[in-house]
Amino acid sequence: MTQVPSIAEEQASTPLSSAKSTTLRIARFNPEHDDERKFMEFTVPYEKWTTVLEAILEVKKHFDHSVAVRYSCRQATCGSCGMMINGKPRLACFTKISELDSDVVTVEPMNNFPIIRDLAVKFERLFDTHHKIKPYLIRDDSEITSNEKEFLQTPEEVEQYIQFSNCIKCGLCNSACPTMATDSSFVGPQALAQAYRYVADSRDKGKDTRLKIIDDSHGIWRCHFAGSCSQVCPKGVDPAMGIQFLRGYLLGFRS
Amino acid sequence: MVNKMRESLIMKIHYGTALGAVALVAVHILMRLTQNFAESLEYANVIANYQFLPYAGMLEIILILLSIHGFNGLRVILLELKQGKTYEKAVSYGCVAAMIGLIAYGSRTIIMVNMGMI
Repeated sequence: MTQVPSIAEEQASTPLSSAKSTTLRIARFNPEHDDERKFMEFTVPYEKWTTVLEAILEVKKHFDHSVAVRYSCRQATCGSCGMMINGKPRLACFTKISELDSDVVTVEPMNNFPIIRDLAVKFERLFDTHHKIKPYLIRDDSEITSNEKEFLQTPEEVEQYIQFSNCIKCGLCNSACPTMATDSSFVGPQALAQAYRYVADSRDKGKDTRLKIIDDSHGIWRCHFAGSCSQVCPKGVDPAMGIQFLRGYLLGFRS
Repeated sequence: MVNKMRESLIMKIHYGTALGAVALVAVHILMRLTQNFAESLEYANVIANYQFLPYAGMLEIILILLSIHGFNGLRVILLELKQGKTYEKAVSYGCVAAMIGLIAYGSRTIIMVNMGMI
């Protein structure tokens, strides 16, 4: 019987050969022991296709395995590896070193999130605000009691919300939002965009409930329309636009 | 009452007062252009402006609009600066009290002039 090597063994045995190398600066901070953030520098070889996440994993394999980083799918689907890369919130698995156009790549934990350790941050606030806006279809009837087997929609109706359903809850928008930095009670662009996703869905009947939730002193009106949330979204969601549409409902311009 | 008002209603008032103030301040500036700057600030002219009731009424409306808009703006800034139930309540009621105080003080000048007290 042949023994299958584990992923770690397989990766560790993969030789890295490249003519190019970059300096990877990784922010190190453990809130339980450290008073301030420190940076550790590593020289990492890279190819044209090497992502920042791959470089971090390279550091973990060959230099320092204690670097804390959260990741999973490596294809911009799970939303786990959000971090500040050269000062901008990005997904590490979706950012190639070659496209950063810099000799030094600095990675830090996302802004506006409490740090667990190094690059890993707590997502409780994001999940709480996401849950708060009731991210599911609200209807009086259901498929069980109705004769209808599915809620049919026209392509135009789908078009109203489809881009907002691409959200992977990576938190980059909340990290980029200037209001999130100062207002600890602000609901945030991620939750607001999801509120619009369901409000705009023709199958949903919970519009009034959701609008009431976001019409709060720390709700939708605290958005200053900086637009940075839309700029950093790796999935092409435009939370700033969704927020303006929601304001239209609350101001009576949309129904 | 301040805490029970829906934020959307407060913001509708906020935007409405801004639009109203822009229109009326434009009229106010145009009125000032009928004379030169130094003349406009002369004691007798200022008193005359307050005694001309349509104009004094417009100044009163500008005062009310700008007070509501300004103090709500201040409330929003302070709410974003720090959070907490007691703090937020204090900010909301404090801003309303300051707004009423400023309107009362400004109105007092117009009333005193028209009652011949100045």
